[in-house]
Amino acid sequence: MVIQPASTQLDATFAALADPTRRAILARLATGDASVNELAEPFDMTQPAISKHLKVLERAGLISRDRDAQRRPSRLEPARLAEASAWLEQYREFWETSFARLDAVLEELKTRKHKRRQPSRR
Amino acid sequence: MIFYPDSFKISTPTDREIVVERDFDAPRQVVFDAFTRPELVRRWLLGPDGWTMPVCEIDLRVGGAYRYVWRKESTGTEMGMGGVFREVVRPQKLVATEKFDDAWYPGEAVDTTVFEERGATTKMRLTVLYESKEARDTASRSGMERGMIAGYNRLEEMLASIGVNG
Repeated sequence: MVIQPASTQLDATFAALADPTRRAILARLATGDASVNELAEPFDMTQPAISKHLKVLERAGLISRDRDAQRRPSRLEPARLAEASAWLEQYREFWETSFARLDAVLEELKTRKHKRRQPSRR
Repeated sequence: MIFYPDSFKISTPTDREIVVERDFDAPRQVVFDAFTRPELVRRWLLGPDGWTMPVCEIDLRVGGAYRYVWRKESTGTEMGMGGVFREVVRPQKLVATEKFDDAWYPGEAVDTTVFEERGATTKMRLTVLYESKEARDTASRSGMERGMIAGYNRLEEMLASIGVNG
C-alpha cells in the first residue's frame, strides 16, 4: 500500500532525483552556488551534459538559476526537497505507525492464547 | 516521534518494486492471522493517528476479493483500495492485486507478502510490484512514476548527505 503523493510537481521532483548525477549536483550545490563551468569540472562531464541535468532540476523546482549574472550560477531550492522528504517520511511513518500498533495486537493475541492453553484456531 | 526498529526497511530492488520489511515478535501463524483477519487488520493497518477503517473485508482464497476503506474522522476524508488474491499459502505467503480508488499510478500493482519463521519471531517482507514497463509507458505519467520509484530509497541517502532531512 502506498500513500498518494501530493502533486505532479512531486512526481517531477522524484523523477529528477532518480539520477545519480543530479543527486551529486544537488549535493555540490548544498555547499554553495555554482556555475555550469564549476559543476562540469568535478563531474568530468561536458557543459551541455551538465546543462541538460540542470534543466531537469530546474523544472522539478529543485534549483533556481540566476538569469542576469553572466555565470548564471545554480542555487539549491530546499523547499522542494523538503516536500519530497516529507512525502517519503509520510510513507515510512504510515508503515511504522501501523506496525507498532500491530506489535500491540500480536502481544495481546499471544497472551490470550497462552491463557487459554490451546492451539491456535484457524 | 516514531521509533524505527532496525528490522524495518524500505527499499527498491528494481525500478518496478518497493519492498517493506519488518520483524515481529510472534509466531508466524499469529502474524499471518493479524494480516488476514478483518477484525484484527482494522485495528492496526491505520497509518497516522486519527484514521479508522470503516470497511475491511477479506475473502481469503484464490480469486477472493479484499476491500479496505480508511476514513480520517476529523475531516471525513476517505481513501479506498482493494484487489483480488492470486495466491494464498497459509501461513507463509499471500499474493494479491492492489488498486487504489484514486490511484496516481497506472493499472494495478501486485503485492506479495511473505512470512518467514525465525525461531519465536517472524520476518515479514511485502513486495509491491508495479505493472510492466510496457503498460506503464502507455500511461501518461508512467515515466514520472518510474522515476519516483527508482529515486525513492536513494532520496534518503541524498537527503542525509546534504543534511536536509535533519
